[in-house]
Amino acid sequence: MKKEIFLWTTIFSGLVVMTFILLPLIHMVASPSWENLKAAFGDRDVIKSIWLSIYTAGLAAIISFIVGTPFAYLLARKAFWGKRFVESIVDLPIVIPHPVVGIALLGVAGKNHWIGQILYELGIRIMGSVTGIVTVLTFVGMPFYINTVKDGFESISPRLENVSRSLGASMFSTFFRITFPLAWRSMVVGMIMCCARAISEFGAVVIIAYHPMIAPVLIYERFEAYGLKYSQPVAVLLILICLALFLFLRILSMPGKKEV
Amino acid sequence: MIKIENLCVDFPGFCLENVNLAVAKEEYFVLLGPTGAGKTVLLEAIVGLIPTKGGKILIGGRDVTGLPPEKRGIGIVYQDYCLFPHLTVLKNIKYGLHFHKIDETEAQNRLDEILDQLNLRSLVKRLPVNLSGGELQRIALARALMVNPSVLLLDEPLSALDPNFRGEIQSELKKLHQNTGITFLMVTHDFSEALSLASRAAVMNQGKIEQIGEVSEIFQRPSSPFVANFVGMKNIFFVNFRRTRALLDNLELELGREIKNSRGYLAIRPEDIVVSKEKLSSSIRNSFQGIVAKILNQGFYYEIHLKAGNSVFKALITKGALFELDLKEGGCAFISFKSTAIHTF
Repeated sequence: MKKEIFLWTTIFSGLVVMTFILLPLIHMVASPSWENLKAAFGDRDVIKSIWLSIYTAGLAAIISFIVGTPFAYLLARKAFWGKRFVESIVDLPIVIPHPVVGIALLGVAGKNHWIGQILYELGIRIMGSVTGIVTVLTFVGMPFYINTVKDGFESISPRLENVSRSLGASMFSTFFRITFPLAWRSMVVGMIMCCARAISEFGAVVIIAYHPMIAPVLIYERFEAYGLKYSQPVAVLLILICLALFLFLRILSMPGKKEV
Repeated sequence: MIKIENLCVDFPGFCLENVNLAVAKEEYFVLLGPTGAGKTVLLEAIVGLIPTKGGKILIGGRDVTGLPPEKRGIGIVYQDYCLFPHLTVLKNIKYGLHFHKIDETEAQNRLDEILDQLNLRSLVKRLPVNLSGGELQRIALARALMVNPSVLLLDEPLSALDPNFRGEIQSELKKLHQNTGITFLMVTHDFSEALSLASRAAVMNQGKIEQIGEVSEIFQRPSSPFVANFVGMKNIFFVNFRRTRALLDNLELELGREIKNSRGYLAIRPEDIVVSKEKLSSSIRNSFQGIVAKILNQGFYYEIHLKAGNSVFKALITKGALFELDLKEGGCAFISFKSTAIHTF
């Protein structure tokens, strides 16, 4: 009897959570008329902003993959003095309020900072540019990538790498022949997490680059200028496209029958 | 073949102190010791997976202390096999060939030989998942042997196997050692494995080597209480020696030989102690009456703890003998053992 009460408690809490998440989303998805959705789909500005959101988030995930993978490996495999502190720094972008991220990045990318000066001289613009958007999205998304991939590396026994090296493989060969093929799923999941976080970013992007407009900025602008009716179809389109994209990537990263 | 000189390792949570060890070419050497003794740390230091703090490691006369693992030519087989789960059995076995320049025909001949020797032909296309422990261990051995290492390190290769496969892999290891001529260095905590496989062994305790020698010598003549206990001499006492006798509290044990030291240890194997209801009328010179303090069921045998004087002796008897002697806790019995069964150190 006691066991059943416990089971029902868990089911009830699950239902509360699911309702809390799904109710506003379902209501929003169901609200716009088919005509409104069609009109949003035909609107060049909407499509441009959604595409900008997706590809800048994708670029942030690719940058995270290139820079974050070796760093995640280091965190997973090596014990060093101050490791906890370094891990806390990696988590910092998750906890900083989003506008603060934008202001902080502006501080170093502005003309008053030597980094900003160098970037200016190199012709790289951060303020109001795609580069700026990618920089912000990488900043907020990378911790999700690094943490996921670090967990992935930790789940692979270091002894597999030891055996590989004893068989004559260098550390690079071992990484690409053993560790990478075993950890690639966690990398895909990490990139999905990074992308998801990047696509949802608004607060930091709006400070660095109001234009060109990513989807969340466009949704905000339409809400402010025209109200709920005009912002909802854009939001629904963004949700549907992202859902399809993430579902596809999740299926891609699922283990095959042989590997289960 | 392997020479370790004053090796020191300071690994987080573990230290090796001044380890000295020499293993001859083509020898089957066993590193013994309880869990946490530092056996695997020593093995991984030899392969180059753990940095050393001091000392030298020489393989075939070549100083490999500063070399990375891939340049040492040492194979390692772990107790949990560590097969690459994403590669087929064949790709696992041939993995090392990517990094060794071996003539294709020679590589194929070697592969055929190893597959036949370890009976792995039927498994080559399968993935390691769902294979039995014995099969996985044979594949791990094949993979290590494929690159023809000068030394093969085996980290408790039998401990993860169930008893049915253990005997099979044990005889496989013996055969492989005889056929390949590779130097084997095996780590185990099971002394019986050392007895059946190796010629020489070293016993480790808390990062230090306690004793090195022939396995039979370690078995019969342990040099410290730790080694004596490790090889199953459960009766270890600190005693005073008086010429040919040992004084253990109020008991006088006849040694049959003169001991020069005035104090030291003596050890007796529990299987060398005879338990009887009456005093034995034989040539055995050490016979004492005592009280049965404890009877422990150990499956096929019973361990009898018998208190004689102030000391507790442990003896092993069969289940049949227990019923025949009608031993009960608190009852009286005699223990007897020959002078030759007493080891002193």
